[in-house]
Amino acid sequence: MVEFLTRAWEALTRRIDNFLFGCALALVGVGLVTLFSASDQSVARVTTQLFSFGFALVLMWVVANIPPQTLARAAVPLYVLGVLLLVGVALFGVVVNGSRRWLNIGVARIQPSELMKIALPLMLAWYFQKFEGRINWKDFAVAAVLIVVPVYLIKRQPDLGTALLIAASGCYVLYLAGLSWKVMVGLVVAAGAAGPYVWAHLHDYQRERILTFIDPTRDPLGAGYHSTQASIAIGSGGVIGKGWLNGTQTHLDFLPERHTDFIFAVFGEEFGLIGNGLLLVLYLLLIGRAMMITANASTLFARLMAGAVTLMFFTYAFVNMGMVSGLLPVVGVPLPLISYGGTALVSLFIGLGILMSVQAHRKLITT
Amino acid sequence: MRNPERELFLFRRRLAFVAVLALLAFAGLFARFCYLQVFQHGHYATLAESNRIAIVPIVPNRGVITDRNGIVLAQSYSAYTLELTPAKIANLDATIEALAEIVDVQPRDRKRFRKLMDESKNFETLPLRTRLSDEEVARFAVNRYRFPGVEIKARLFRQYPYGEVAAHVVGYIGRINDHDVERIAKWDDAANYKGSDYMGKVGVELSYERELHGTTGWEQVEVDAGGRAVRTLSRTPPSSGNNLRLSIDIKLQGIAEAAFGDRRGALVAIDPASGDILAFVSRPAFDPNLFVDGIDSANWAALNESPDKPMLNRPLRGAYPPGSTIKPFLALAALTSGKRTPQQSISDPGFYQLPGSSYRFRDDKPGGHGSVDMYKSIVVSCDTYYYTLAGETDIDDTARFLAQLGFGHETGVDIEGELTGTLPSREWKRTRFAGKNYRDEHRKWYLGDSISAGIGQGYNAFTPMQQAQAIATIANNGVAFVPHLVKSVINLKTGEERAIAAQPSHTISAKPESIAVIRNALVGVNKEGTGATAFAGSKYVSAGKTGTAQVYSLKGEKYSASKVDERLRDHAWFVAYAPADHPRIALSVLVENGGFGAQAAAPVARKVFDYFLLGAAEAGPAPIPAAKEPEDESD
Repeated sequence: MVEFLTRAWEALTRRIDNFLFGCALALVGVGLVTLFSASDQSVARVTTQLFSFGFALVLMWVVANIPPQTLARAAVPLYVLGVLLLVGVALFGVVVNGSRRWLNIGVARIQPSELMKIALPLMLAWYFQKFEGRINWKDFAVAAVLIVVPVYLIKRQPDLGTALLIAASGCYVLYLAGLSWKVMVGLVVAAGAAGPYVWAHLHDYQRERILTFIDPTRDPLGAGYHSTQASIAIGSGGVIGKGWLNGTQTHLDFLPERHTDFIFAVFGEEFGLIGNGLLLVLYLLLIGRAMMITANASTLFARLMAGAVTLMFFTYAFVNMGMVSGLLPVVGVPLPLISYGGTALVSLFIGLGILMSVQAHRKLITT
Repeated sequence: MRNPERELFLFRRRLAFVAVLALLAFAGLFARFCYLQVFQHGHYATLAESNRIAIVPIVPNRGVITDRNGIVLAQSYSAYTLELTPAKIANLDATIEALAEIVDVQPRDRKRFRKLMDESKNFETLPLRTRLSDEEVARFAVNRYRFPGVEIKARLFRQYPYGEVAAHVVGYIGRINDHDVERIAKWDDAANYKGSDYMGKVGVELSYERELHGTTGWEQVEVDAGGRAVRTLSRTPPSSGNNLRLSIDIKLQGIAEAAFGDRRGALVAIDPASGDILAFVSRPAFDPNLFVDGIDSANWAALNESPDKPMLNRPLRGAYPPGSTIKPFLALAALTSGKRTPQQSISDPGFYQLPGSSYRFRDDKPGGHGSVDMYKSIVVSCDTYYYTLAGETDIDDTARFLAQLGFGHETGVDIEGELTGTLPSREWKRTRFAGKNYRDEHRKWYLGDSISAGIGQGYNAFTPMQQAQAIATIANNGVAFVPHLVKSVINLKTGEERAIAAQPSHTISAKPESIAVIRNALVGVNKEGTGATAFAGSKYVSAGKTGTAQVYSLKGEKYSASKVDERLRDHAWFVAYAPADHPRIALSVLVENGGFGAQAAAPVARKVFDYFLLGAAEAGPAPIPAAKEPEDESD
């Protein structure tokens, strides 16, 4: 009996990377503790998040047990499905808060841009693997088209933040696939030059966010309010913080969206610089481990996919903490593994599952 | 060519490069945290703890709603409320007990407060008592030091001086709930509602919410650790909401409601030449004043569980078969399509049979009406004439014509919740029975369906609003307006008055001479036909058409009102306008389970016309006096 249980446990955890999983668990734990405080001690919210977490774990386990080459086969169908759903959103989407981001599929409302966060790097990694060894500039041109189509569709929802993040995930794959430095520098310069043109085509609220980022006092009731109040929360936390459940900014209702995108302000207020430092270390450990997995991956596809997932984790964490602490303009990005919200949690754990799959299957195929 | 070792080396070098970048980025973040939490800590701690700067919204005055003559139907006044912030109070029950010794706190107030607490977040400030007397305010002020977390606030309240009269038009306001928050988010107006606790829930209070609400002002204040304002740093004043002038005449509305007695029903009266809705009755109704402070459970249950459904907006949400009132509209359709001329007659034996069928569609009058032309078909409401017409007409053509009169789609009246009713056509039947439980024979259109629809029974179902719109369009010689309950929106600051839907929306395809034939027959109805009894001796010439909508189908038997249960009795319809040559008012009346249209509904129309055209001496409704003098409305 004991032997059976041991073997079952062994079979269950064979593909799980303990170090990576440990970091993720610690971050989710920090998230739940902070969420309890941020939601005015609502057990219901924490329970909901726990359920999403359970579901995410199952998906992570499933993905971790699929060999990377099998994942690669899903690339084209997933990408095509993602683009079709985005077209569907543009045609039949549900409008929430002035943006058309959701698609009603009868049983639930889904946000296809979430799917694209995984599907785009998957597609690009598959594409480069297919032409491995003879990649030339034409392939990068095709890859650019593969990036631009979904990014354009998401940008016109309008959801500029997500569009930029998904564009970034695509660019990471291009970079890791070996896009020439000259081209990359050229693109950055071109982007700078296109700035004024892009500005002319932004929505009013998007311009307002950028202007407010430069001067938060412009609109203290509206867009600047988030930024100002978040800075006050973090700054007043000091070195050791005000203590769990004791953040005045949080509990006197000064902090908006405090259990989703701005949850880091709650954390920073209650746990101070020490807490923030530890949180950064946790993220660095997770990202560091993910980079090791990437560096040791055995195929080009596995390398590119793992690399993209790793860099996305870094980007989300950096952009969110940067935005909440006033280093970056306000864009709607959740703090990975910590912000309240099931969809994001599920995509992140699928990402972890991909990393674990890459790690677990690295010795099976030799290049 | 390929060199995997070299490729892997290049890949790892690129990865190492971003790893360094990531480390730098995190170092940058940590530097930012150090800056905020160590170097600027004192500054932010001051902001957060001792001298917190708060943005306090200033709620604007809500616009006043008046009737077309400027009589006030909804107004705001300022009153003191006793408010508690549960999160700041250690022992809530003890605090409420102690407060009850200073001000009067009824069990009803406690119940409502508990309900509010369940519905709101912990840190919200909630009213325990509303409308404190000056004496209570003074008593609390003396004892204030004993009650941290309790304060007196001046709030604006809404009062509806006419109570039940026109309640379904004016609607009411109520506390903003989750559903409303979504609605506000959809308007992208959340900032403007930061200080608002109340908003319109139904009626024009809801549909013109964004006009009435006004723009929230704000004050930047320094508050101490307890959250009390210490001093004001800057102030942007609010600007009041716009006033609404309804097209309703409240006196006429009162007369019309009284004419229903205690019967259930609906009436919509329209000025045909402008689309102004002059009266909009839904009986029974409710007192909107009950909702202003949050309705208590006993009243709520009484309103919701009553079989008479006082909360149901019957003119918009009651769809009833039109019965014979549809006949003049079908006659006009036949004239327009060329299926009939005014003179063409049929011989009515008292029933109609489809070719090859033994089933008899029977006429109201046993033995029949003899020779019947179009005029007579309307005046005596001859079923056989319309059975025959329906047998020769394609239902889709009929539906297309009736749609022009406003049937089968929303009329576009300016309050929410309007039903489209049912205007049967082949397409409609296919869609209606598209479900898996139906077979193709359910979806097919049969000639028998056309015959029933031909006298306004069968699948037809229209709202009183649609019927009023149709008769008003006839009265205005085919020129239709979008009907509206609000005549104009008045901006207090600029004095500018913006009219609502003042231009005609479309003209129906019927020829003027065809409409004249129908109008002549409608005059005949009130002179020598089914409406003659109700309009006997009137000092003006009116036009109308009675109708009876079957609730309960008696197969082949003779209907007898006294034999069937009251709730299964037929609905009585009447559509009419007056004066016949230059109509100033057109209306539809529906009396639920009223029996024959001629007996139950036509007399209601007579009372309304008499008052509107002759100013008959009956007294109008009287306003309920407000608890306090209304606030000065000027901003």
